[in-house]
Amino acid sequence: MEELALHILDLAQNSLAAGASLIIIVINEDAATNLLTISIEDNGCGMDSELVKCVLDPFTTTRTTRRVGLGLPLLYMTARQCDGDVEILSRVGQGTKVTATFRLDHWDLPPLGDLATTMVSLLVGRPDVDLLYRHVVDGREFILDTRELKAELDPVPLTEPKVLTFLRTHIKSELAKLHGGE
Amino acid sequence: MANKLQNLDDLRRLREETKQSMLSRHGAETQIIVGMGTCGIASGAREVMAAILEELAKRNLNVTVLQTGCIGMCEKEPLVDVVRPGENRITYGNVTPRDVPRIIGQHVVNGQIVEDLVVGRVD
Ligand SMILES: Nc1ncnc2c1ncn2[C@@H]1O[C@H](COP(=O)(O)OP(=O)(O)O)[C@@H](O)[C@H]1O
Ligand SMILES: [Mg+2]
Repeated sequence: MEELALHILDLAQNSLAAGASLIIIVINEDAATNLLTISIEDNGCGMDSELVKCVLDPFTTTRTTRRVGLGLPLLYMTARQCDGDVEILSRVGQGTKVTATFRLDHWDLPPLGDLATTMVSLLVGRPDVDLLYRHVVDGREFILDTRELKAELDPVPLTEPKVLTFLRTHIKSELAKLHGGE
Repeated sequence: MANKLQNLDDLRRLREETKQSMLSRHGAETQIIVGMGTCGIASGAREVMAAILEELAKRNLNVTVLQTGCIGMCEKEPLVDVVRPGENRITYGNVTPRDVPRIIGQHVVNGQIVEDLVVGRVD
């Protein structure tokens, strides 16, 4: 996957599959420490310690349609290539937090990519799921909380195509400002 | 400088506009389902999803968009299913954003299956 935003979408799909009702995505680009940190946290079904131990290995999956899992090992490979790492904290019945780090100025670091479309894709067809997205660039931040949006839009559901396309444009322009240093 | 959603006015306008268009819909609901497993995502499902949302935002149709995980046809991803009320479930494969207006205009709206993209059908 050539964008980190695609990895994020894929990881958050694990959270959706785990029955999460809240997904918290935090991206922190910090030039001072030369680190990019991406975390995806959910309140889904969690994993036991046996599964957590082997889940970065490509031959682990609990799905039945395919014998190998792909998402986490791919992320791990990308992080390792960029002098980074992946850490997984998980508790059965409580949730999971996956944190990936990368050296920000690494030659092989993939672009962040289209984060706006990733965030919006997650919300499609899942009116029951909430997303808290926090993006920090050198200390300045952008926050999107679908719980606030839903309250403001009620009775119109967030999952309406008009609403999601609006949200996509909104996130795009806010991230452009954040990266433009405004 | 935490920027919450500052354009609340825009949001309220959007709410009123969308509420009106939702009220004007009629007839039974069609479902569009996009495969969002790892293979789907790696082969462009996110862009297909975005194209579907754009097209639906333009047309105001009684359609629900859903996403699903890996269904085991990885080599034909991105996969898009269309289920019109009372009709067979049609699966389109190797879908690109360019195919989306055709799938929606021809199949969802007019009930004519886009034969050259079909990879499966279920009664
Ligand atoms: N957020 C999560 N919550 C619960 N289980 C998870 C989560 N992320 C991953 N898993 C478990 O780890 C397995 C491997 O995940 P992954 O590498 O993405 O491959 P895949 O999703 O194709 O199975 C999943 O099948 C699932 O059992
Ligand atoms: Mg996965």
